[in-house]
Parts: sequence; C-alpha cells; structure tokens
Amino acid sequence: RDFNERCAQCSEVNWGLTDGGRFYCRSCHNVTERTREVVNTDFITNSRVQTVAKGSRKQEKNDGGCEWYICEGFQLVLKKQAEALEALGVCPQMKDEILCNFWRCYLQKSKQAYCKRPAGETVKALSVCESSTDFDSDPERPSLLHLLSLSESEGDLQTDCSFASSMSKVSESTSVYSGSVDGSLYLMKNQKEKLRMTMPMTLSFCYMALLWLREPITLSELLRFVVEGHIPYLNVFEHFPEKMKLCGLDLKIFCVESWPVYEEVFNKMHELAAFLDLPRFPDITDSCFLHPDMLCMKYLMEANLPDELHNWTCRVVKKIGIGEVDFLTLMPGNKSTRKVKYDVLAAAVIVVVLKLLFLLDDHYEWLRSESAEERNKNNTEGGPYFEFKKWYEVVKHSLDVEQKKLDEERAKYLWRCEKPLFYSVKNKSKVLKRRQMVVNLQNQFGKLSGSVRRAEKPNPSSFQLSWSEENTDGSCFHGHSLKGILQEKCGLLTTMNPDYWLCTVKLCNEKLCGHLAHYREVEFPQSYHFVLGLFSFLLRIQPSYIHDEVCMIEHKLFNKKLSKKRKHSTVLRK
Amino acid sequence: SSNEHKLNFKKSKEACLSYIQDALLQKQWKRAAEFLTCYVESLEKDYSREHIGPSEMIWRIGTEILWHHSHSSMKEFSYFMEQMKTLGVKRYLKVCLEHVFHLLCNGQIDEAYQNLSLAESWRFGEQTAIQGKEMKLIQAYRGLLDYYSWSKQKNILLEHGEDGFSDLAVEQEMHGYFRKAAVNLKEIIKIPGVWDVFVKCYVDLLEFYGDHNEARQVLNEYAYNSRFPANPNAHVYLYQFLKRQGESKKSLISALKILHDIVPSHELMIDFNTMLQKSKKRKKRRLGLEVIFAALDYAGWKENAKAWSCLARQVKQIVTSEKHLDWIKQEWNSRKDWWPAFHFSRYLAKRNWQENKSLSYEKALVAGILLGKDCKYFKHVSQQGCKAQLKRFRMLKKFVNRHNPVYLRISG
Repeated sequence: RDFNERCAQCSEVNWGLTDGGRFYCRSCHNVTERTREVVNTDFITNSRVQTVAKGSRKQEKNDGGCEWYICEGFQLVLKKQAEALEALGVCPQMKDEILCNFWRCYLQKSKQAYCKRPAGETVKALSVCESSTDFDSDPERPSLLHLLSLSESEGDLQTDCSFASSMSKVSESTSVYSGSVDGSLYLMKNQKEKLRMTMPMTLSFCYMALLWLREPITLSELLRFVVEGHIPYLNVFEHFPEKMKLCGLDLKIFCVESWPVYEEVFNKMHELAAFLDLPRFPDITDSCFLHPDMLCMKYLMEANLPDELHNWTCRVVKKIGIGEVDFLTLMPGNKSTRKVKYDVLAAAVIVVVLKLLFLLDDHYEWLRSESAEERNKNNTEGGPYFEFKKWYEVVKHSLDVEQKKLDEERAKYLWRCEKPLFYSVKNKSKVLKRRQMVVNLQNQFGKLSGSVRRAEKPNPSSFQLSWSEENTDGSCFHGHSLKGILQEKCGLLTTMNPDYWLCTVKLCNEKLCGHLAHYREVEFPQSYHFVLGLFSFLLRIQPSYIHDEVCMIEHKLFNKKLSKKRKHSTVLRK
Repeated sequence: SSNEHKLNFKKSKEACLSYIQDALLQKQWKRAAEFLTCYVESLEKDYSREHIGPSEMIWRIGTEILWHHSHSSMKEFSYFMEQMKTLGVKRYLKVCLEHVFHLLCNGQIDEAYQNLSLAESWRFGEQTAIQGKEMKLIQAYRGLLDYYSWSKQKNILLEHGEDGFSDLAVEQEMHGYFRKAAVNLKEIIKIPGVWDVFVKCYVDLLEFYGDHNEARQVLNEYAYNSRFPANPNAHVYLYQFLKRQGESKKSLISALKILHDIVPSHELMIDFNTMLQKSKKRKKRRLGLEVIFAALDYAGWKENAKAWSCLARQVKQIVTSEKHLDWIKQEWNSRKDWWPAFHFSRYLAKRNWQENKSLSYEKALVAGILLGKDCKYFKHVSQQGCKAQLKRFRMLKKFVNRHNPVYLRISG
C-alpha cells in the first residue's frame, strides 16, 4: 500500500507483490525481504471481520477513508519527526537508514509486521466477533470503560460520558469504535509483553537514532524542540493523509495531552534498545559532542561562567573516569552499568566544580567575591577576577526574565489542532459546534488583546541564554579569571578552598526508590539551590535529577575518603 | 515546584486561569483578554467532574472583560451573551437575567424588556422546572419594567390633566401596564426573599388605584411574616404607608418598634422618639428615652443636632418634673464609662461650639445634667455661650446649676 521505500538496487519506487506476499521492484525485479505489512490472508478473508468492521464504519468508507493500522500511523509520525530533525541539521542518514531500520526491527520483534502471522491478533479479533451476543460476559473482552480508562495521558475520554454510555447502547455486533482497524486491539494488548508503541516512545526512537549517529543533540534539547514546536508531536496526526480517518480510540493513542517527560523517554529508549537486541552503540569518544568535556564547555558558556573552569571540569571528568569510552557508550541490555544521561551528567560536573572552587555554603563564595571585587576596583590591568556576586546578579536577572517568559508561554499554550476530532459520529455535530464557538470566542477576545499575537515560533536555537563579550557593561564572564580563588602549590594550581560538603553521605539504592538521593530545597544552601535551578531551567528537568548526578559524581570523587572514614561529618578536607 | 516541569493540558489551563485572575484584579483588561483567548479551547474538553466548568468561567470572565474594556461595545457584549446562552442550557435563564441587568445599567430599557420577554417564553423540558426560580425573577423584572412604563404613562396623564386634556389612549395603555405589572409583582413577593424594589412598586400601584387593603396586607406580610428574612426596609415601607394613610400614632409606633430592635441607629428613630415622648403612656415614654440613647450610641449620630435636641428635651422634661429620674439613671449606667470620652470631651466641646452652636447647646444641657456643672463640656460651652452673651446659654447655665443635685443622684 503505502510502501514508499526506494529500491536498494535501482532507487525506484515502483513496487508490486509476489505471490508469497513479498514486495518486488517492478523496474529491476529485485525482490525484497519485506512482506506486506501486518495482514495475512487468513485475516483478510475472514468475511465476518470485514462485515463487522464495515458495519460500524459505513460512513467513513463513504467519506473516502481507508483501512489503516495503528503502526502505520506511528510510522508516519516517525517519518515526520525525522524530517523535522533533518531540517534542523541532522544528517539524512538518520531518517533514511537508522530510524527506518530501528522501526522495522521493532515491528518485527513485536510481531506487528514483517512476520508470518501477527501472533495473537487474529485469534483475538475473531473472538471479539463471535462472542457478539455475549458482549458483557466474555471474560477476555474488557469492558469499554476499562479500555477507556487505560491511559498514560489524562485524556478526557474518561469523562466523556456521552461516548461511553452511547456505546454501551449500541448493538452488540459492532466492534469498538475506531478509525483504524486495530485501535481497540492495540489498547487491549498487554503492555509489558511487547513494548506497546506510544507517542512518547516515538521520541525514544528518535533519540536512539540520534545517539547511534552521535548527533550533537542531547535528549533535553530534543524535548525542548518538541515543546517549542520544531518537532511534530502534539497534533502530529494533522499530517496524516486525508484518507486515514482518525476517530474513536485512535485519539487515545495519538492525541497527547502532556509534554514528554525526560525520564520516561530516556528509560523507554533503553528498554527499546534492549528489546531490539541492538549491539553496542558507536563509541562516544572525547571528540564527540556528547562527551562531558564538550558538553561542559557548552554549558559553561551558556551559564556565563569563566572559560577557565573548563580545565577543572576536565580534571574531574578524568579523575572519576566518566570520560572513558566504555562508560559513555551505550551497551543495550547491560544491566550493571548505569545509564548515562549525557546532559545531566555534564551539568552535574559543573556543579561539583563550582562546589570545589566556591564551596557554595552561602558564605565562602560571597567572601571570596568581596575580595575579588576589592581587587578589581583597585587593579584594572590584567583582566577582571571573577566575582561570584556579580555573576549571580546578572545570571539571576536573565534567568528570572526567561523563566517568566516560559511560564507565560506555558499558560498561553494552545493544545487544540485545526482538525476537529470526535469519538463517534454521534458527537460529531456537538464537537463541531463547540469548535465553532471556540473560534468565535478566540476572534472576539483576540481583537481585544491589544498585543500582537505571536506570529512565528522562534527559530530553534541550541543556546537559550547567550552572553556577548562585546557588552561593555561587563555582563559576560567568559573571560574572567579564577585567580581570586586559586593558589599555587608545588607548581600546580589548586583551590584556595580546602573544604567540601557532600550532598549526601550515603547514596540510596536506585533500584528501590528510583533515586540516588532525595532533594529538598530547604536542606541545602541557597547558592547550591540557585545553581541547580539554573541548570534545571536550561535542561528543562527537575533539579532533583541533577542533584542525583551530583551525588553520584561526589561519591566517585571522594570514594577513597568515604570508605576510609564512615563518620557522620559531611564536611571533608580535600 | 516538583511538578513545574510536568506540563499537561490541565496544568497549562490552570496556570492560564491564574494569569487571567491576576490581570482582572489589576484591571488589565487587554492582558486578561489575551489569556482568555488561550483559555477558551478548554470548552472542547469535558470537565463534568469539576465544580465550576470552563463554560461558566468563560461566561463570568468574558462578561467582566467586555464590560470594562475600552474597545468593547454593547453590541459586542450582547453578541457574547447570546453565545453564552447557547453554551450551557442549565444556566440559560441566569445568563439571560445577567444580560438584562447589564442592559439596564446601560440604559437600554427596551432591549432589556425584549430579552426578558424572550426568556419568559423559553421552554426546555425538565430544565424549565429546575430553573423555576430564575423564571420567577425574570417575570418579576418584566413586571418591574412594566411598572416603569406605567409610571411614565401616569406622568404624561398627570401633565395633560393639568392642562385640562384627557387622553384616553394613554389612559388605556397605562391601565394595561398596570395589569401586566401587578400580576408579576404580586407573584414574586409571595416567595420569601428580599424584594424591596418590587414591593415598593407594587404598593405604589395599589395605592394609586385605591386598593389600600391589599397594600396594607402586602406590607404586613413583607414585614411580619417570619418566613421572610429580617429586613429593616420592610418596616420602613410599612411605616411610611401607614403615615400616608394617616393612621393613629399607636399603629405607627408599633410599626417602628421592630425597626428599633433591628437597626437602633436608623434615621427614623428621631420620629420614633418624638412620637414616644409625647405619648401619655409611661411605658412608651420610657421606651422613647431608650430609643434616643441607643441611637446616640452610634458614631454617625454624634453631630446630629436634632437627635440631641430630642434627648435634651426629654431629659429636661424628666428633670423638671422630678419624676422618673431612675430612667435616666438606668440608661446612663451602661454609658457613663464611655460616653464622656465619646461625646463630651474638651476637644469636642471646642469643636462643637465652633461649628454648630445649636448642637453644642443641646449637648451641653445633656452633659450638664448627666455629668454635673463642673464637667469639661458643659463648662466650656456655657462659658463661651455666656461670653457671647447668648440668652439661651445663660438660661442653660441657670437650669443646670439649679438641678445639679440631680447629677449627684444619677451618678450614684
């Protein structure tokens, strides 16, 4: 049907079907391994299924709709996302090769396509039809409300009473309502078994492909681009072709009502990598963007911190071995190694370095800042010393402005798409009426808004905060010197600060409680909280995730000292 | 803040609402409109579990914005209201009513009337019964507007009447409005509630057409029926009606009794006291004293010369007759701790003298009796008065001096 791949031999798109159900290229007669998606003959010729399906969707057929399967929908989504990434500068290989292959591998492993018979599905489909007279008492068949309540997102299907009640009154012989052929079956499938595909998982696929190619996009950036609208996610089904009608339970699958969460996408990606039996990913070396040395440099710039700090981040990275290839490279299925969150890790390294140099106990850093200020006033030659206080003021100000903007944007976010969606034909007119009312109201109040409606979404950029050295107001700290807090000892530069405080003396068991440590703002110094907050904003994740990584790094760094003295004091001498 | 980063539709709209709320409180109508534009898509989601759904929010917020926004017009406003009417059938009549109120505030009486008539004819299955109360209100307000029309016709008629013309058509119209108004007004005041404006209008109609019995009954019901909430105005209306009818002092007094209980500081207390003072019954006179003292407990009466003159008169009368001094003593007992500072301070003595000599005269008399001739207030005022060679102040001084022993007995 919609098979648009280029033939490997002649690059044409001209496919036909062999008797065995395989695609062959009409131009060069190259036979592929790819079989016709999903369907097998048994399934198709079961006329009962056909009539049942037709019976409930007569209208759609007349509207020019076609039969389509959920995985086709997801395939389209992935395609769109890959195209968007390509537009952002990712190499075309990602879309044409990597993502494609991952997807096909997934389909095969989850037995949705590229295999003889989609296991279990035909059987279930038949049982649905046969037990039509016994609608409620069939134990295998979950009730409608149960189906409706299966949800990751807070869909309004639960509260759409009219839908639920109307469906229960519908004649028993109709199948559950959806535009796709297998919408209901899709939701019924046992989640744990075969890694059921979801919208957030599309991003896991994307990230996996990006990681494989070692593209310079971190997961937090990817998710930010999604929220900013540069990568299709919300209302992506608007791009589905006309004949793929979306309604009923399809909405539950494709309509998102919440933004993807970092942890969720991250974890799913690893699950996926293991599920697909992927080999070791390409090495992450120190010339890769994702290497902590590189990312630290980027984040240092973005956080308006002196370039000199980079030496220190590299030292820490080296000391605890998190720059090693084996540590950074993903080995799917390996449960013993900790999964690396490249962006969070880099941010955490910077936090640790700041703690090393400035202590960040709400005291030392201000003292040092004062003396730096004194020095800067009296001595203008040789470039300024870094003043923590000034940096704090400048960055806080910008951060507050950006945060305020972000909060307002989130409040003003428009979730609905142009295409009206409805669950059943019955509430179609109601939906359309509501839609009309909403449009009217938007027009009426839009005119009274005064300000110009934001026309274009801002261009995607890798840096959210930028600082220019050309500013004469001294608001850029990249070139500032750390001399104020360093001293020479035996020919080596070391910190003047002799102390360090650990975020936590003992790490939690991540497998048990999900975290290495538990972050509560009130228990830590304000400066520490501020720094966490800064990176939390940049990466759009909760401060506690960064805190976890910080704890992990600290324990690696002070491993020897910790194992030596298991005392209560949390302050260590370096 | 742990949920800061988990953004979903519901949270996004909650945040939107709080921005709208802030903007409304700061009267930033443009900003409120901006956020409301983003909020309205909530309509497409079902909130049947929430206490207040988006449709009601949008109605209320939109009303505020459109009412206050400088670029908005009544036309826009009405258009919006019409949309809101279709939005929630359970609120239909309420929205109609509020729309009518806004039209009335804007002086669009005819349009308000049209809307009321339309609303009255609305039928929607069981909703009609459920929204029965709102329907009654709608009918009542239509009755009110009918009264208003009646009133206009009446005025026209009276003008013509003076000129010697009689206009039959106008008269007919007038009677027509009367009938329509009376029917609806009568209905609403049957239901327990606060219906001041309806009652007044209805009584006005009844009086005009000479149906005083009905009017009296209506007012009695309104004032004395325990099912109705306590309402001082009910008693005021009754009193005014009785006065107009030339009723006896006895019935007038009984009409004001409850008013005194509910609102001791009511302005009619002066009339009340005046009637009571003159009464032959001892009990009534006693009550009169209580009434006037109670009224003067309130800060709003401090500078009311008329009230002070009532008190002064009564005190003078009692002191002169030397009967019932214990009445004064009883009243003064609970007040002697705070009235001196409240009414009779030296500062007030100076001020009252400067601003209002009559007031200071009356107060000085009372002070002199209650606190003795040596009290600050009396001393200052009488000194000033005698200095200014005003006869009555000299008389006052004599009077107080003569009756000084009374003070000693009172202060006891």
